Order: sequence, then C-alpha cells, then structure tokens
Amino acid sequence: MRSSERHFRADLVVAYAGANPGRDPVSAVRAQTFLWLAQRGSAAVLALAVVVHLATMIVAVRGGLSAAEILERTRGSAGWALFYAVFVLAVAVHAPIGLRAILAEWLGLRGRAVDVGLVLIALALLTSGLRAVYAVTRS
Amino acid sequence: MSVAATSFRRNDARARGHAAFWAFVVHRVSGLALTLFLPLHFWTLSMLLGEAPAFDTFISWTGAPLVKLAETLLVLALAAHLAGGLRLLFVEFVGWRADAQKTIFALGAGLALACALAFALNGAGGGFPK
Repeated sequence: MRSSERHFRADLVVAYAGANPGRDPVSAVRAQTFLWLAQRGSAAVLALAVVVHLATMIVAVRGGLSAAEILERTRGSAGWALFYAVFVLAVAVHAPIGLRAILAEWLGLRGRAVDVGLVLIALALLTSGLRAVYAVTRS
Repeated sequence: MSVAATSFRRNDARARGHAAFWAFVVHRVSGLALTLFLPLHFWTLSMLLGEAPAFDTFISWTGAPLVKLAETLLVLALAAHLAGGLRLLFVEFVGWRADAQKTIFALGAGLALACALAFALNGAGGGFPK
C-alpha cells in the first residue's frame, strides 16, 4: 500500500470512529472497502451483460413475446445458461449493496440488522434468479 | 440565521444545479426501480417451469398500454443505469476529468433514450400478444 493510501485509510478510520461511537472502526472501514470493490467488480460484469440484455430485448420483442419464442432461443443452450447465471450472480451482489446505500442515506437505516436483511435479500435474488435461469434454459 | 446555515444552503443549491447531481439522482432512482422490478421478473420467468400457456396468458397482459409504458420506462431505467454506471467506472478507474461531466451525462442520456425508443417502436410495430 502506498503511503498516500495509508493516510487516506487512516483518515477514513478516524472519520468513521467519530461518526459511529461504539463500533470497531477498522473492521467497518475494511467492510466498506470490500463492499465498494464488490460493487465496482459486479458493475463491470453487469456493464457487459446489460449491453447483451438490451440488444436481446430490443430484437426479441420484435413481433411480440411468447413462451415458445423465448424458449426457442434459450432451451438447452449451455451458453445462455452460463451467461444468465453470471448475470444473476452479479445482480445479486450489486443490487443489495446499492440498496444498502439508499437505506442508510435516505431512511437512516444502518447497522447489523439491516445488513443481515440485505444478505437475505441477496440470497433470495440469487435463488429466484437461478430458478428463472433454469426455467428458460433447461433442455 | 447563522453563517454556517446560510453557506450550507448556498452550497446545496449550487450542488443541485450541477450535471453530476442529476447523474446521481438518475442513477439512484433507476437502480431502485430495477431492484424492485427484479423479483417480479424472476417470478414471471419461473412460470416457464410449469405449463407454457400460463406464461403466455401472463405475457398477453403486457400488451396493455400502461404495462407497455412501464416496460419501456424499465428499459429506459436499465439503459440509463448502464450509462451512469459506465460514467462512474470511467471517472473512478480511468481518470476521466470532471470538466467533461456534462458531455458524458448528455451522451449517456442520449444512449438511454435511444434504447428505450428502439424497444418501444419495435414492440409497437409487432403488436401484442402474438
């Protein structure tokens, strides 16, 4: 770690400790850094996936949607299954972290109980998303 | 009124007039809308685990004008969130300069609108349900 980064980290820890008495500032800043990285990492994956998704939607909606039309493209396709599984995984990481910022900044909801709830939301998104992927790609 | 309160209010108004503030608002609102839509999206697709007619009955409902409008707005939200996210990634990791913010924001908005229009016009041409 460069010295400027170390100073930045130290400043964050001091600022956090001042604003949140009673919580361990070092682990909180570490968690914050991890969440920031996870949000950017998943965003990079999503950037590619969403471009493909937008293009598919614009083309697929031509002439109306039907079960047969969707399944014709996806059923039994390992490629689409892998693509959508990665998409769902990235979304399950990305959306709850965004939600966490909204809950904290707009509603003042923060703390362990909120974080546990967000992990549950992430797991619910992951399982329901993978179920949907299975529904459209199983052979 | 105290000096601190006055200067805060003045700063606040200035911040809100900036393109980056609107980029933030669009990013947040679109992200929230997409997150709330996801459970519905996954639930609908999971209908395909059962009989196809159930899904088709549901999908025929998407032909209603208001649902069509909501769908188009969701595509707009997705495209806008994509553009806003790319802007953030480029600003944070590639070092794009702040003085280009308005241009980046305008390009993103244009791209998002183009996607939503393409989606809406394609759907309108094809007609629902099939």
